[in-house]
Amino acid sequence: MRAYLDNAATTRLSDAAREAMLPYFDGIYGNPSSLHDEGQRAGAALQNARERIAAAIHADPGEIYFTSGGTESNNMAICSAANCSAARRPAPAPERRKRHIISSAIEHHAVLHPLEALQKEGFEITLLPVEPETGLVKPADLEAALREDTALVTIMTANNEVGTIQPIAALGELCRARGVVFHSDAVQAVGHIPVDVRAMNVDMLSLSAHKFHGPKGVGALYCRRGAPLCPLLLGGAQERSRRAGTENIPGIMGMAAALEESAAELAEVSLRLTGFRDEMIDQFLRLPRTHLNGDRLQRLPGNASLCFEGLEGEALLLLLDAKGIAASSGSACTSGSLEPSHVLLALGRPHEVAHGSLRLSLSRYTTREEIDLALEAVPQTVEYLRSISPVWDRLRRG
Amino acid sequence: MAMVYSEKVKDHFINPRNVGEIENADGVGEVGNASCGDIMKVYLQIEDGVIADVKFKTFGCASAIATSSMATELIKGRAVEEALTLTNKAVAEALDGLPPVKMHCSVLAEEAVKTAIKDYYDRAGIAYDPALFADLERGGHAHDHGDLVEE
Ligand SMILES: Cc1ncc(COP(=O)(O)O)c(C=O)c1O
Ligand code: FES
Repeated sequence: MRAYLDNAATTRLSDAAREAMLPYFDGIYGNPSSLHDEGQRAGAALQNARERIAAAIHADPGEIYFTSGGTESNNMAICSAANCSAARRPAPAPERRKRHIISSAIEHHAVLHPLEALQKEGFEITLLPVEPETGLVKPADLEAALREDTALVTIMTANNEVGTIQPIAALGELCRARGVVFHSDAVQAVGHIPVDVRAMNVDMLSLSAHKFHGPKGVGALYCRRGAPLCPLLLGGAQERSRRAGTENIPGIMGMAAALEESAAELAEVSLRLTGFRDEMIDQFLRLPRTHLNGDRLQRLPGNASLCFEGLEGEALLLLLDAKGIAASSGSACTSGSLEPSHVLLALGRPHEVAHGSLRLSLSRYTTREEIDLALEAVPQTVEYLRSISPVWDRLRRG
Repeated sequence: MAMVYSEKVKDHFINPRNVGEIENADGVGEVGNASCGDIMKVYLQIEDGVIADVKFKTFGCASAIATSSMATELIKGRAVEEALTLTNKAVAEALDGLPPVKMHCSVLAEEAVKTAIKDYYDRAGIAYDPALFADLERGGHAHDHGDLVEE
């Protein structure tokens, strides 16, 4: 038996999503931009999916732009806020151009790397620190960082590594009061916790189908009517000329079905996963020198992220893999860059503690048996790796 | 994680040989890895100039554990002078290669063994050419990574 506990990386496609996709590969395969019947049938399906996805996040269909996933949605939102402000007509005087962007230290690379690129172009980037251990952004910090020339604030709804859920509505309110565009990367949140773009006070929000049992390579950007949106990809007039390229109809149909299904089951699933999650966290925290990453309560239902001192995460991950458990780690040794996860460092974990990180992430397909396997194998493997670790000898002696 | 370990690496990682400590060891060497913060400790028991027993403890990734295991296998039962010629490349080759980004972990094993031998020489009052351990004095070599050629 295998326990797939890496659902924050990606999830299995749901049966309903697969069924929803199948007719659009070889049955209704027309191009929605075509005027003939085949095209119009595809176009009707596209419109139907748009309405259902909009409804799931309390948006209007006209505020949904389909993309290739979370990465593209984030890039589109960020570049748009940066460039649209410069491209306004009449062009603002140089001294009135908005060249400041605020984000947080624990964003996904699909936010941080576009910001780094903008920094090279002359934008000033403020990365808000997060509270140690919990990873929460403090609204007061945002308030203090907002400036006259702030073009965009982008803060993720829920963190992919440590599961912390940010006070998005409060942060959004501050931005709205100052007339600053507010974007949130909700890739880990949509389908897992209630997401209501109106209540959250966001202007833009990114989502990605493969994180909620939809297919990979398809996502959406919500952009509030009236908020500026510049295209990233130029070409045809698809997506109201904001995102060129023939639409991924099977993917979009799968995404709509997956999102509806996740939304319908959200309350029940969230309760069950929170139970599993807390059982694992409580059990693992009984081990000495073990730390929970992220907030205990403001936390995704399916995320258990911990640091075990005295061992290294890649070794833990691969031994668990050999025992049938798929997990993930933010250790330096798994990163390819030999730097530990920026998220764990931002939470105040020293390098050597971040080294021993493990993330188990659940989905509605997670079974009691999978949790039982983890409850048994994780402590066993942690104890074994500590028994062969010279660092643990020292820690144990104090 | 874009890397694949060979069957030998997996074997030595999952069933590492010579794990543990030696009480009253004749030589002990502990080194840390500047690249990612891992640590390896080697214990030697020497009889008549031969490595009669060797044990290790490692805090590090699968590659660090596997190279520790293989390095101890390669020097066990060998003359101390012979063990000194151990290179990280030889360890990596014995494991059927390591992913390029993981080559630096094999340096840890080579250095830990050499540090333990130096400790043995020092304790036993055996004279040696300091040049033998020049790499260690410099704090190790090949701490760059990624650009190393795959074995
Ligand atoms: C928080 C967050 N943002 C963005 C992404 C990127 O999404 P995608 O894989 O759809 O490009 C991910 C997933 O990897 C994520 O977890
Ligand atoms: S010990 Fe860190 S990469 Fe091998």
